[in-house]
Amino acid sequence: MSLLSTQKLSRSFGGLKAVDNVDFELESGQIHALIGPNGAGKTTFVSLLCGRLRPDSGKIRFGGQEITRLPAHERVALGIAYTFQITSIYANLSVFDNVALAAASAARRPNGNRDVRAATHDALERTGLRSRASETAGTLSYGHRRLVEIAMGLALKPKLLILDEPTQGLANSEISDFKNLAAGLKQTTTLLLIEHNMDVVMDLADSVTVLNFGQVLATGPRETIRSNPAVQSAYLGT
Amino acid sequence: MTGVLNRSAILHIGVVILLFALQFVLPPYHHTNMARIMTLAVFAMGYNVAFGYTGLLSLGHALFFASGLYAAGLLIQMGGWSALPAFSMALIAGGGLALLVGVLALRTTGVAFMIVTLMFAQAGYLTVLYLGEWTRGDEGLVLPAASRTIGSLDLTNDTTRYFCALALFSIALLGCYLLARSSTGRVLIAMRENEERSRMLGYDPLRYRLTALVISAVMSAAAGAAYGVLFGYVGATFASIQYSIFPLLWVLLGGAGTVLGPFLGVLLMTYLVDLAGDVTSAHLLVVGIALVLTVLFAPRGLLGTVRARWLPWLP
Ligand SMILES: Nc1ncnc2c1ncn2[C@@H]1O[C@H](COP(=O)(O)OP(=O)(O)OP(=O)(O)O)[C@@H](O)[C@H]1O
Ligand SMILES: [Mg+2]
Repeated sequence: MSLLSTQKLSRSFGGLKAVDNVDFELESGQIHALIGPNGAGKTTFVSLLCGRLRPDSGKIRFGGQEITRLPAHERVALGIAYTFQITSIYANLSVFDNVALAAASAARRPNGNRDVRAATHDALERTGLRSRASETAGTLSYGHRRLVEIAMGLALKPKLLILDEPTQGLANSEISDFKNLAAGLKQTTTLLLIEHNMDVVMDLADSVTVLNFGQVLATGPRETIRSNPAVQSAYLGT
Repeated sequence: MTGVLNRSAILHIGVVILLFALQFVLPPYHHTNMARIMTLAVFAMGYNVAFGYTGLLSLGHALFFASGLYAAGLLIQMGGWSALPAFSMALIAGGGLALLVGVLALRTTGVAFMIVTLMFAQAGYLTVLYLGEWTRGDEGLVLPAASRTIGSLDLTNDTTRYFCALALFSIALLGCYLLARSSTGRVLIAMRENEERSRMLGYDPLRYRLTALVISAVMSAAAGAAYGVLFGYVGATFASIQYSIFPLLWVLLGGAGTVLGPFLGVLLMTYLVDLAGDVTSAHLLVVGIALVLTVLFAPRGLLGTVRARWLPWLP
């Protein structure tokens, strides 16, 4: 079943078509990777999905409802969560308070977990941040700040979690922790994963969409994409 | 966690008890001064909700203080209302005005927000002057002593006035204390710290900033109305830019985003101006120097610095 879809979605910056007529389908319960070279329009595309940016034209549907004009905070309430590529956390607040703000937001939803403290600890536990809960978020290393981003995404208990390059700047051991985490999440959450690390994509993704110059170059199951010659020449470089 | 609650609760209750006890020992001059300080501290605490907690740098809070002052003053003077209903009406006036101003001004942020709020306050000031027939402009109104009563309480009496100011101050302090610890309070801080992130966590920035502005304005209006009723004078100076700058200075000095900071700021500033007045006629210069020193050496204000260095549990 399709959880999210777009029709002819476009967004330009000046003369630059960052997202150009994109038709996209996201199946429920999958890990779907979005790949493409730098500047392909990946961040712009998912920013349209989560409402950080407005499209110039086209439509977005989520769970059978059109959300094209819905403000970002209402999309979060519907269950779309976004973790920023350039970390955007509360630098002056503790790690716990960062994640608790996400958990408290989820708690306001009709079936949300009212125990914010427990939900926060759970998200910290799953991202390996529990021992750092009382540290000020801005003092963490880059990799740990990325984990705070992910923890906030988890604490929102979304139906769709959009992760914008979550493994950027993580150590190898943290990347394998992330892979376990993401694989475990599949039970409850659909993941849209922007990722440059091909090992992560090939290990995790059920399906893959390749963007290039704002357009969909190819989309399909992981294996089909891996062997697609156009993709190989444009992106995989093999 | 309960330990934290106790420590900070005890501190705040202690301040209220101290102020209560102080009234028995203060000489008359300082007695009146403290009543004024507590009333203005409510204004400062209100300003702090917007600026200190939510990060809304308003340069127009004289509008909200004056709306309370004039709503109460004019209802008493012309409508023949008694003090308490006039006070209640003043809260509604302040809150309603903030709703109106907020819907327009909160479309902007940063410098634009400062300018828009400044313009609104200036419009308010000019309105007071324009309606001179009723407000008597700069000259102002002296409220008749007979109207300054609550039931059998005579607000022109020093002791009664002190207790009324203390009561209002305590309610405002408790309100701020509870707000700072509430889930809404945490979201206000989140808006201040990172609005984009807060939006992407599902919090509507406009809604929370408007809430903060209305709470802030209601407190400012309460202080304004109380000031008029307790001290018996309603004048256009209170609507001027000076009274938009004062709360900002008080809060900066005492510590933005701390519950007790605004009170501390008013207290210090009042006595600083007082002491400087004894030594030199250029007392505003002394205030200026004090502020420059604060900004340079304690940019979080006094209590903000204390919290950062020694008492992380201060709300
Ligand atoms: N706010 C903006 N204003 C102007 N141009 C922008 C803006 N955001 C993105 N662009 C441009 O749009 C194009 C797509 O950018 P986008 O960030 O979506 O790419 P990306 O695929 O996420 O790249 P990366 O892999 O480097 O993160 C780029 O050429 C970029 O310079
Ligand atoms: Mg990107």
